[in-house]
Amino acid sequence: MDLRFGDSKPTDEERAAIDTLLGPPESSWEGADRSDADLRWARGGREARERRDLLLPGLHAVNDRIGWISEGALDYLCRRLTVPPAEAYGVATFYAMFSVKPRPATVLHVCTDLACAAAGASELCAGVEAGLGLGSGVSVERSPCLGLCERAPAALAIKAGDPVRTAVSAPATVERAVLAASSPDSAPEEPPAALAVPQAGDPSLMLLSRVGVVDPASLDDYRAQGGYTALRQAFAIGPAGVIREVTDAGLVGRGGAAFPTGRKWQATASQPDRPHYLVCNADESEPGTFKDRVVMEGDPYSLVESMTIAGYAVGAHKGYLYLRGEYPRALERMEHAIGQARARGLLGDDVLGQGYAFDIEIRRGAGAYICGEETALFNSIEGYRGEPRSKPPFPVEKGLFGKPTAENNVETLVNVLPILTMGAQAYAAIGTGRSTGPKLFCVSGSVDRPGIYELPFGATLGELLDLAGVRKRLRAVLLGGAAGGFVRPDELDIPLTFEGTREAGTTLGSGVVLAFDDTVPLPRLLLRIAEFFRDESCGQCVPCRVGTVRQEEALHRIVDRTGADAASDIALLREVGRAMKDASICGLGQTAWNAVESAIDRLGAYE
Amino acid sequence: MTLIPLGIPRRLLEFTIDGEPVRAPEGSTILDACRSVGKDVPTLCQGDTLAPKNACRVCVVEVEGSRTLVPACSRKAEADMQVLTDSERARHSRKIVLELLASSVDLSTTPEVAGWLKEYEAKPDRFGPDAARLNEEPKVDNDLYVRDYDKCILCYKCVDACGDQWQNTFAISVVGRGFDARIAVEHDAPLTDSACVYCGNCIEVCPTGALSFKSEFDMRAAGTWDEPAQTETTTVCAYCGVGCNLTLHVQDNEIVKVTSPHDNPVTHGNLCIKGRFGYQHVQNRD
Repeated sequence: MDLRFGDSKPTDEERAAIDTLLGPPESSWEGADRSDADLRWARGGREARERRDLLLPGLHAVNDRIGWISEGALDYLCRRLTVPPAEAYGVATFYAMFSVKPRPATVLHVCTDLACAAAGASELCAGVEAGLGLGSGVSVERSPCLGLCERAPAALAIKAGDPVRTAVSAPATVERAVLAASSPDSAPEEPPAALAVPQAGDPSLMLLSRVGVVDPASLDDYRAQGGYTALRQAFAIGPAGVIREVTDAGLVGRGGAAFPTGRKWQATASQPDRPHYLVCNADESEPGTFKDRVVMEGDPYSLVESMTIAGYAVGAHKGYLYLRGEYPRALERMEHAIGQARARGLLGDDVLGQGYAFDIEIRRGAGAYICGEETALFNSIEGYRGEPRSKPPFPVEKGLFGKPTAENNVETLVNVLPILTMGAQAYAAIGTGRSTGPKLFCVSGSVDRPGIYELPFGATLGELLDLAGVRKRLRAVLLGGAAGGFVRPDELDIPLTFEGTREAGTTLGSGVVLAFDDTVPLPRLLLRIAEFFRDESCGQCVPCRVGTVRQEEALHRIVDRTGADAASDIALLREVGRAMKDASICGLGQTAWNAVESAIDRLGAYE
Repeated sequence: MTLIPLGIPRRLLEFTIDGEPVRAPEGSTILDACRSVGKDVPTLCQGDTLAPKNACRVCVVEVEGSRTLVPACSRKAEADMQVLTDSERARHSRKIVLELLASSVDLSTTPEVAGWLKEYEAKPDRFGPDAARLNEEPKVDNDLYVRDYDKCILCYKCVDACGDQWQNTFAISVVGRGFDARIAVEHDAPLTDSACVYCGNCIEVCPTGALSFKSEFDMRAAGTWDEPAQTETTTVCAYCGVGCNLTLHVQDNEIVKVTSPHDNPVTHGNLCIKGRFGYQHVQNRD
């Protein structure tokens, strides 16, 4: 490749931000001043190009320090990593948290998604903008779900600098959001993660048993609470034994697709191609989902331990934790936990003295829902645009860096701990025949005690809502998030299992249960869902790129209409929706019409 | 003489297309197999010299047992597959995709698409007069070629041709996201400030005329572009010794554009700036 880097130069600060991440450049081939040695020495080739996966961390480094990414900074980063500037520009413009145009150092993301919208996000936005006034040096951005639904409405302030400062305000008032944006350091601390777990301390909890009990910063405390017994058990029974246990336990993926985890691990482990990778998908961005955040904030070592077990089972020596960029506290806790585990020999060249090498690298997302799709996530880590790849080939065969990869989300992985400590039989006895084990549900909206609930599979929707204190005059429940579907208040006896929801013509999805009472204007809610998908479509395939726009336009037209006035647009929506479901490349386009369709069919939204 | 590489013998897979038994060599795509039995499936983003991108989704077909439709251009044929190329489900998606495309971009210079719109009874107007469109002005910033992104369907072919599949210049990329995604050079600069080397290989693969020769663009604007009146002559480029084939498109005894045969084993349709754009000396008659 013959790269041309242009002649724009980085400022000293931009250069420092990048050099802090990558180390100082060694030759003029990667951006240093030209020296005599460069005349006789060429640097580049495959070795230089193989650092492309540092592009996303590099963009973060600049964006964190400066607040936006200038031409000079981008060109310098490209020179350092031997990445074509056009491609890097394509990557930088893909993510919502980056800007390639100058903007104020502080950005306040105000969540306007479902739970927050129902809790008054638009008034909050208007109030914050008025409160900050002109020339405040704060850019207020309307943001998709920040994963703080239990404390809606929510705002996240990010102030660029060295180091970058963040402050979360939830539940946000105008005053508190303004304070978070104007002085993130003095904003009050977030409440402990356990406050998101109304059942905290309940002895029947398995996945959440340590949240609120264990000190998330203390490895010793984690071990005192039974931590690392599962990993010891894993070493005792060997990788094949772990896979057998997970298979016998009947564990299926909790991200929404419900694929058998044991089969995925077996398929990865048996690939002759090396190395193998483990990827933990902690990019939960489904509106209404916040369970992975609570687990990472409240019990970070459990994820470190379960990733180690999963890596051991599939024969990986490196695990990537792809953590969504909007979770500063989860990032901080996981960084700390991984550092401690490494220092104590629980990660590294010789885990627990068993001769198995495993380490975890955190990668921060930068604001793109689509990166939760497994192959888009690989592209994102590799330094490409987060566009899904077409399958086959499947990740177990060709995943991250084209190598066999097992990808699981946080909730799936932490289920491995009880499977190994209690045994597959005892685990499989929990729940129903086809849906085994405990399940986390993210309950928010019109309930008195929003938060994460852990129930064995098989509880009904009504039981869960009773636990959360559902309010009177329930109008609808969104099951499974924006990609899921609505159910009616008279359908609360739906059993919360994969097969039970399927029989009822809906989906469990990622475990979202968003309750809406009759004060929520349904057509506006549907419009917000359509906006979400239009914003988050990667744009790669036509049915999704244009279909999501046409869907939003039709919903705009009928927002105040019913009956015959809406009929022709509803027919249009059905036709477009069917093609999106059938012909889109990935799950985003395929499910973008689900919620709207269910609202029309089950709730009679426009009758 | 065109060389046809035979390759190593491949196992034949047996499966059915629209109920008819078909045999195709292992590794062929469903589209290859369809074409080998004389059944054509419409395609826009598929290119004969590029790896299939399956972004346009016009070529979707129904495969028994598959939850969604599959793109014929990139899905490899498998033994015992049952493929339906013209089922109601496939036709519906194809019709909607054509409507979505035709309502958002200008397909007036896209070959064959008018016929498909008719065949699938696509009505791009039904999304109403306010349906979002690209509405971009053509970018004329150099003397060689014009980027008219109002006609761009984001098929990624130009990106692939400029990048690691042929030219290795990496001057263009997709930027932005969703409906706002566009093809652009670094920092959205004019072409003259970019890494572009003006090989024109992106024009060669563009399926819609979003990328065109400045000569063609000007003649179309002046109403003098007359494709049926043009003759095409394939000759050998005289600039260097590689021996690239040039196809000269001549109208009224003037070269109006230069393409290259895709089945040429040396160039596969690719040229350099001289071969593609350096033809003015031929018609300098002073």
